[in-house]
Amino acid sequence: MSILAEHPGEGTSRLDLIQLTDVTVSFDGFKALDIGYFAVDRNALRVVIGPNGAGKTTLCDVISGKTRPASGRVVFDEVDITGMADTAIAARGVGRKFQTPTVFDGLTVMENMELALPRTRGVWRNLFARTAPAERELIESILTRVRLIESRAIESRHLSHGQRQWLEISMLMVSRPKLLLVDEPAAGLTDHETALTAELLNELKGHHTIIVIEHDMEFVRRLGSEVTVLCEGRVLSSGTLEHVQNDAKVIEAYLGRGKER
Amino acid sequence: MSLALLHRNISRSAPWAALLVFTVVMPLMYAGGAIDIGTLNTWGKYLAIAIMAIGLDLVWGYTGMLSLCQALFFTLGGYCMGMHLAMHGPLDDGIPRCLSVVSSEVGGIQLPLFWQPFASLAATVALVALVPGAVAFLFGWFAFRSRVRGVYFSIITQALTIAVWLVLCRNEMRLCGTNGLTNFVTIAGFDLRAPATKVGLYLLTVAMVAASVVLAQWLVRTRTGRVLIAVRDNESRLRFAGYQPVAYKVWVFTLAAILGAVGGALYVPQNGIMTPEYLVAKESVVAVVMVALGGRGTIYGAIVGALLYKYLENTLSTVLANNWYFVLGGLIVAIVLFLPDGLVGAWRGLGRRLRERDARQAARSDAPSAAVAS
Repeated sequence: MSILAEHPGEGTSRLDLIQLTDVTVSFDGFKALDIGYFAVDRNALRVVIGPNGAGKTTLCDVISGKTRPASGRVVFDEVDITGMADTAIAARGVGRKFQTPTVFDGLTVMENMELALPRTRGVWRNLFARTAPAERELIESILTRVRLIESRAIESRHLSHGQRQWLEISMLMVSRPKLLLVDEPAAGLTDHETALTAELLNELKGHHTIIVIEHDMEFVRRLGSEVTVLCEGRVLSSGTLEHVQNDAKVIEAYLGRGKER
Repeated sequence: MSLALLHRNISRSAPWAALLVFTVVMPLMYAGGAIDIGTLNTWGKYLAIAIMAIGLDLVWGYTGMLSLCQALFFTLGGYCMGMHLAMHGPLDDGIPRCLSVVSSEVGGIQLPLFWQPFASLAATVALVALVPGAVAFLFGWFAFRSRVRGVYFSIITQALTIAVWLVLCRNEMRLCGTNGLTNFVTIAGFDLRAPATKVGLYLLTVAMVAASVVLAQWLVRTRTGRVLIAVRDNESRLRFAGYQPVAYKVWVFTLAAILGAVGGALYVPQNGIMTPEYLVAKESVVAVVMVALGGRGTIYGAIVGALLYKYLENTLSTVLANNWYFVLGGLIVAIVLFLPDGLVGAWRGLGRRLRERDARQAARSDAPSAAVAS
């Protein structure tokens, strides 16, 4: 769809957009993450799956700067971002959708979207910031797409769970990050809403680099992208969904537990 | 006219009606002899306190930081103005009388260096904003950068206030100790005891309240104001959107401090004395009660709360003496139980319910006619 087709500004590079090398994270001696190498190419969509406690959300935390790795290197867009502050990483173009939808309750849907616009973050400049007609059109077209256009003037505290998920995904879309970290976008959604989410992520694919964390195998199948399986903090397997589903290690560690439908 | 429409019209005209009452009706009542100059002067002081409350509403109501040092900034602004007024009052060997009576040195003292800028009214006006602004900026920067939040923020702001109280109470600080600054005679050449001067100060205060409302209402509608609400709702989410909450928090905390100081500076010439008593724990809590009573995050609520609180305190403490504090305690409990959104919040909630009722009735009256048509 045209509203999402615009390419986020970037130079072309041989390097992958995001690379993690020898990254470890420990919580009180427990190794939550121990990744030898994990990388996602520019404009690719990667799905990360794994049983509970596999380190999927910790992976997002490391990339977005919420958690500092104990060792290893995180390179984003050819810059070493290991240990950088969360705001600095966000400013470099890493956008994140949290597992539980987090939007600003006291603001209307429109105001939430306006805060997500890729604009200045300064106090003084924002005193005089106005939403340009083109930006308003972009926001309205995204809101129409996710069926929130009728609710644009409503404070987001009054939205349903599904609508909040949508709003947060929409905020991510309007902020045009180079890398989107999407943590369980289908959690708590109806089947119909899940289908629409998959459709949207497929539209974003090819124009944005996206890492999706998901439990729902039907949803993963719909995305039809490369899959990385995490287990106990390690990369267990990578490849197409069919490939990893037939991988003996994955079957033992993950599917063997009866997680697969 | 439907109730919802009536509610909307009242809501829209109320600020203008209040402005009319304070700028025209009350001075006319004084001119006509219906109220005396003391009453007008008292309302001038209440209005000065309302400016401080507007500042607290920005910090607490909009940004969600329960600051217990708003009275500190009020006091700092008051001291700046008080020093200026004391220097233009009676002097003993070039020293303001309130200062010379509390200094025990044999042979008197020299005027301390830091008093000297306050000789000029222009410098004083600048310092009223600069001194509390600088204190708030530095304190806020350290506190917010260290991610001091929630109840811990409330505690350290209260501790800061108590610390300054201890400092101001000491005679060696050359700020007149517990006696405070007094013996005010003139301001900009006008006699402070003259009724005309009192009317002038009253009107200046009303104008500053109006200016503060315009400023605050504009601010909360800008994108910066939206970010402040976002800080209140979910600060960590805001960081992942690339915003620096610390910058916004320091900024609004400093702005609120300046509003508090302006209130203090307007209060002092109308009150005639400034002492460290405004720094005791009660005063900062009272500022919070005012905003809660009127309604957090509404701007007008801060004014309504401040005026109502001071009016109740003044009238009830005359009748009930110290039993007034039981009423105050009951008031706080009643707000928490029955008016969590304060008076202005409850009024707006009423309007919302009236509009919803109208919408339901409209839907219901449409339904039967549709049935008939089919």
